[in-house]
Amino acid sequence: MRLEVRQLSFSYTDQQILRNLSFSVEDGEFVSILGPSGCGKSTLLNVLAGILQPLGGEILIDGEEKKEISGSFAYMPQNDLLLPWKTILDNVCLYGEIHHRKAQMKEQARAQMARFGLQGCENKYPGELSGGMRQRAAFLRTTLCEAGIYLLDEPFGALDVITRGDMQDWLANLSSSLKKTILLVTHDTDEAIYLSDRILILGAPGEGIREEIRITEKNRTREWLYGQGEMRLKIHRIIKEKQRNGNEKEE
Amino acid sequence: MKKWMNTAAPVLVIGALLLLWELVVWFAGIPLYVLPAPSDTLKTFVQEFPTLMYHGGITVMEALVGMGISFVVGILMGILIDAMPAFKKCIYPILVVTQTVPVIVLAPIFIIYMGFGYAPKILTVVLMCFFPIVVSFSDGLGQMEEGYLNLVRTYGGSRLQLYWIVKIPSAMISLLSGLKVAATYSISGAVVGEWIASQGGLGYYLIRAKNGYMLDKVFACVVMIILLSLMMNGLVKLFGWMFTPGIRKR
Repeated sequence: MRLEVRQLSFSYTDQQILRNLSFSVEDGEFVSILGPSGCGKSTLLNVLAGILQPLGGEILIDGEEKKEISGSFAYMPQNDLLLPWKTILDNVCLYGEIHHRKAQMKEQARAQMARFGLQGCENKYPGELSGGMRQRAAFLRTTLCEAGIYLLDEPFGALDVITRGDMQDWLANLSSSLKKTILLVTHDTDEAIYLSDRILILGAPGEGIREEIRITEKNRTREWLYGQGEMRLKIHRIIKEKQRNGNEKEE
Repeated sequence: MKKWMNTAAPVLVIGALLLLWELVVWFAGIPLYVLPAPSDTLKTFVQEFPTLMYHGGITVMEALVGMGISFVVGILMGILIDAMPAFKKCIYPILVVTQTVPVIVLAPIFIIYMGFGYAPKILTVVLMCFFPIVVSFSDGLGQMEEGYLNLVRTYGGSRLQLYWIVKIPSAMISLLSGLKVAATYSISGAVVGEWIASQGGLGYYLIRAKNGYMLDKVFACVVMIILLSLMMNGLVKLFGWMFTPGIRKR
């Protein structure tokens, strides 16, 4: 599914966060959004997911305008948000339960458990799993949503460094086989470089996209990532520069 | 050692107090109609056990029916309070006022309106039990993290599903706390109703024993009321254990 955002605006009562923001994500593309804290990364995902209502602008999916919450987006927030009283199998089938297709979805989920490193966890409760396994369960729940576009809001932000690295490796392998359009919000520059086809860097609130970086490397490894110091530095400079410009404007 | 002490300490304290009570009654020669010794109470409890069981059965029945009604009313009102802020503003002050009027004042009025049957006793139980259920459940519903609700909304969940899938299960811990309080009150509520006017139940037994200055029977009845209250509390714990397995494993 192709996502196109045109002139999107959103404002909290005291501050405009998104002003005439426009960008597009091609079908099957993995795009990360980086930017300083408070620039509107998560707000953008919340608007796309339908949790927040935009002030103006258009959201087009495969050229058609999306008006309300649709089945096009599968949203995964930073916290795994697994319901603690439900087993892992019931949790990952939440979408099926809501749409009265639970039995059918359970079959699909069982078939996917091993792929997501969750074999044998079907009847366990979230409290019995590690942070990484819980995130994988949350990701499986997202993929079972039958949506064409995944909105991932810092999905590994709450994990420790080692687990986060493992999860990034896992997602890198998985995303190529999923063939879905993915929009990832992250604070982690390395995560964005390692996983994305394209990185969009947001400026200060209301400034919109200040820079776009395309990553063409197909054979990505940790060693390749460690050699991307220049790109990392460039991204940090862009983020800091814009922050400084923003501060100067305020001053 | 520490675990053993935690269990043994309260038992030892209660045992020491009972022993002190026993010794005071024996050495001071306090007559039975003033203060029975723990041994007299135990003896009477064993002798009167079939009678206490009969009256206890009536009290438990009234308590269970009252609890059932309180549960249904409490759940419905809790949901309405959570879903409709205007309803909360209108009804909450009335709920609080109902708890400020002593039940002992209301029970005779219920008997005037409803007669000498089970109805006024059950209503007394409802009056004492529904408030902790409503308050704990509506609080539990309101405390759900917004992220969970947004997740269900983005999946296309309706408002009804929001309650059924997320809010009500998440409020179970709060609801169980309220139910434990209500269960403990339920036996006392039924006894108060029976105390005013009845033909059976522990309240009826209690008033007859008291009027006859048979204080050993009064104390035996109090022991029975305590045991039944603990049993009701235990039933709620069992209910929680059976229906919230995920919460146990948090």
